Amino acid sequence: MQSTTKNAVDYNSVGLKVGIEIHQQLNTKCKLFCKCPTTHRDQEESNFQFFRYLRSKKSEMGEVDKAAVEEVKRSKRFIYLSYDTTCLVESDEEPPREINMEALELSLLIAKMLHMNVVDEVHVMRKIVIDGSNTTGFQRTALIAFDGWIDVGEKIGIATLCLEEEACRKIEDRGSEVVYSLDRLGIPLVEIGTKPDIKTPEMAKKVAAKLGMILRSTGKVKRGLGTIRQDVNISIKDGARVEIKGVQDLDILDKIVEYEVIRQISLLKIKEELIKRGAKVDKKIYDVSEVFKNTKSKILKKAKSVMAIKLEGFSGLVGKEIQPNRRLGTEFADIAKTFGLGGIFHSDELPAYGISEKEVEEVKKRLEAKEGDAIILAAGESERVKKALSRIIERAEQCLLGVPEETRKANEDGTTSYLRPLPGAARMYPETDVPPVKITEEMLKLEIPELIENRAKRYEELGLSKDLALMVAESQFYKLFEEYVKKLPATVVARVIYTVPTELRKEGYDINVLEEKHYRIVLKLIADGKIAKEGAGEVLKKMIENPEMSEEELINSVGGQSGLKELETFIDDLLNEKEELIKERKMGAFKPLMGEVMKVFRGKIDGKVVAEVLKKKLEVKTNIK
Amino acid sequence: MDLTGKKVKIKAKGKIFEGIVMPSVTGSLVLKLDNGYNVGFFDYEILEIEEIEKIESKTSLTKNPELPDVKIISTGGTIASKVDYKTGAVTSQFTAEEIVGDVPELAEICNVDAELLYNILSENMNVKHWIELARNVYSALKKYEGVIITHGTDTMAYTASALAFMISTPKPIVLVGAQRSSDRPSSDAAMNLICSALTATSDLGEVVVVMHATTSDDYCYIHRGVKVRKCHTSRRDAFKSINFIPLGKIDYMKRKIEWFVQDRFKRGERELELKDKMEEKVVLIKFYPGLKPDILEYYYGKGYKGFVLEGTGLGHVSTEWIDVIKKISEDCLIIMTSQCIWGRVCDRVYDTGRYLLKAGVIEGEDMLPEVALVKLMWLLGNYDLEEAKKYVKENLVGEITQSTKYWESMLSFFNSKNK
Repeated sequence: MQSTTKNAVDYNSVGLKVGIEIHQQLNTKCKLFCKCPTTHRDQEESNFQFFRYLRSKKSEMGEVDKAAVEEVKRSKRFIYLSYDTTCLVESDEEPPREINMEALELSLLIAKMLHMNVVDEVHVMRKIVIDGSNTTGFQRTALIAFDGWIDVGEKIGIATLCLEEEACRKIEDRGSEVVYSLDRLGIPLVEIGTKPDIKTPEMAKKVAAKLGMILRSTGKVKRGLGTIRQDVNISIKDGARVEIKGVQDLDILDKIVEYEVIRQISLLKIKEELIKRGAKVDKKIYDVSEVFKNTKSKILKKAKSVMAIKLEGFSGLVGKEIQPNRRLGTEFADIAKTFGLGGIFHSDELPAYGISEKEVEEVKKRLEAKEGDAIILAAGESERVKKALSRIIERAEQCLLGVPEETRKANEDGTTSYLRPLPGAARMYPETDVPPVKITEEMLKLEIPELIENRAKRYEELGLSKDLALMVAESQFYKLFEEYVKKLPATVVARVIYTVPTELRKEGYDINVLEEKHYRIVLKLIADGKIAKEGAGEVLKKMIENPEMSEEELINSVGGQSGLKELETFIDDLLNEKEELIKERKMGAFKPLMGEVMKVFRGKIDGKVVAEVLKKKLEVKTNIK
Repeated sequence: MDLTGKKVKIKAKGKIFEGIVMPSVTGSLVLKLDNGYNVGFFDYEILEIEEIEKIESKTSLTKNPELPDVKIISTGGTIASKVDYKTGAVTSQFTAEEIVGDVPELAEICNVDAELLYNILSENMNVKHWIELARNVYSALKKYEGVIITHGTDTMAYTASALAFMISTPKPIVLVGAQRSSDRPSSDAAMNLICSALTATSDLGEVVVVMHATTSDDYCYIHRGVKVRKCHTSRRDAFKSINFIPLGKIDYMKRKIEWFVQDRFKRGERELELKDKMEEKVVLIKFYPGLKPDILEYYYGKGYKGFVLEGTGLGHVSTEWIDVIKKISEDCLIIMTSQCIWGRVCDRVYDTGRYLLKAGVIEGEDMLPEVALVKLMWLLGNYDLEEAKKYVKENLVGEITQSTKYWESMLSFFNSKNK
């Protein structure tokens, strides 16, 4: 079993097809359908909360979406945290405003950068999402453009670009209720979907990196954790399309593709084995609470009910590994978790967890299980257990058919967990509260910004190393670099705006308080010869402590070029004058001397700088060195 | 040729698109593509047109003899709105099967019968609609244990008042609506409907409005129909009892009613009776600083017989009005209410008030202006002027309270009691 996960896979022969969907938050002033700011809030700052339930509705075509129906079966309570930066639109208590034109124009720009065709008229849709992450029960989304491409050595097609609203931030999942924060709901988001042109895990990573670079080149997208997410669509020959949601870390994208291929291959092998064994699924759910009346298993003992199902001919396969550290049984447990249960027990792992051999035998007896059959146990509130087990029965039946189409969630180690069935096209209907927007010629007259990768090449030519050039080109202060590189050496400017702040951050300084104006002051002081280039770090530290400090104070705090000279002359004279004292007290003379110097330089030069210069000169004088 | 609802293949932007044609308001061709998105095209060429089959879902209802029978009468509004997205038309279907299909919990509470009486927006309701509705409810009450009326929220309180005066009822008459359209997963329609079914089968014999009590899906209030007002344009908890407390509240998840007002009209307390005449020549005038009394003379000249004034503070209009009021009050009925909304009218405190009373104005006590308007229509429709004048200050169906209380404190006390 372990060997499956280690064998190298020939992606060409398994017919791997990968498509990527990138979700990037836009850094606009307001949200997509209201005037609230797009700022992140701490949950402690919430000043009000409320809760709702959601129901599945028929779509305009009279169909009910499978994914939506399953969510309703789980009937959870959704708690929402509201802030002074959110309004009734986020709370679904007021109709949306018209679409944010700043966001629409930005999405048109991105479409142009991806060589796409723009629609004539933008229609906002309601995409049913009833996991509670949208208070309305739908996400507002609009198709903006289609049919583009990017070049990553080969041309990869871009199928669609949609402009949509970001969902709520999930704070806590308590099983039967979920807590969401409204601060993120409604932030504009572009969703870019590639065609399934990607054939290897490495290429998937490359495409995602390129798209991210293009998006950042606009200078108007949000940065930082959670502001960009990748969904990956993966299928192999004889397998099925599986959508993996929420990959936040680009570095594991290739691993995710690799592991999904392994999973699908493993599931296909399980199917072959099941068919060979003539396996089938008993559709009945058995109440076996009685068996566990006096059990030593803490979980089963406190459960309101324990139920079991029988998978005929599945023995040994439920415990079979299909991804590193994940078995078929784990897939069943994922389903149980989505219904608010802790998980399941299966006969391939029992007796264990306080469940005795005798209890297992008793359950098998009641279910009339034969040698070669597997048993699944689930415990909890009886309605939930029934719903979860009937869904697991469905899933077990799919084992006989191969790989089910589904939506999965990315785990940190590159494996994935079951989330919900794959949503169909039936989950869309028009957002009638938002009028359609006609795209005019005027709106499409957009100037394409320089790509970060091209900018980095230019910076390399200015004398920066390849890595540093890329970092500076990516920096939000790259315009400052361009301005000062005319007056100072490129390496000096790069040090001020990138290298030094990075070092300070590692030392624990909060460099986020530094704005463009702060870096501009430092560069100006160096260019004007008022401070030494080595003083940059010291000045930035001062600015972090007090962002409002004046230029004068800053110069004085590090002495400045001339102040420093004056100080040195003064100390030299003083040391000559106090030769007697120094001979007598050696370094012990430091304290009284410091007092003398500070009498003159207090308020002009930072004490630390004074102490440093004095100490150095005193050391020389006392011949310690 | 109208393509709406048909499947077409078109060429646009050098590409072939297939999809179903959706209604358009801008003159563009709106296509619903296979991926679910709607997209508008101005420049296109139609290649193929194909008819598509209509999808119909059918469920049948079986009656549970253990449960009471309830009639749901629809008058339109957000709660009943159903758009046929294929044609863009608003469907007028409103069958019990459809309602129970949407809100299956109803079948656990009662046997539902349904009728679509109107399909109009509530701002288009008028007195004639009220009368027809009252007659309809009246005959339904002979057969069913309770009646639910789905109604647009804008004028729901007016209709509730009209029914409260016109029908003396031994059974619950429940008006219910929705602030968020029922086609969205977050709609308040289902919860409001479930709570109204619980109310319609409860120990109650009056006209009430059942709507969300808070922005959460926790419970609904049962508001007395003559004491309720829509106080917010969009929120779920827009309806508030004014100068009174709700009769009770319904816990949505526990399906349980907790009564706050014990001396409400109970089931079987009153005889079923219908007095469905209404005088339409009645007007509500909101006074503002500087408004001339000409407006009174205008309506008087048009033959109006009843006037409800929405005055300032304790119940005042400018002293300029007194002469005109004196002139018309001979053969008209004039009620003073307050634009403060909260509190009772008292015209014996200031000179202006005393002059107004002398001129023939009758104080509307703690009635809402719109309730006073409906009451006046009903009084003038069913009684002669002198009799009608006598009934203005008399509490007939709960529209006037005996004493003014700290209602909001009473309500929060009730709400905290069983926490």
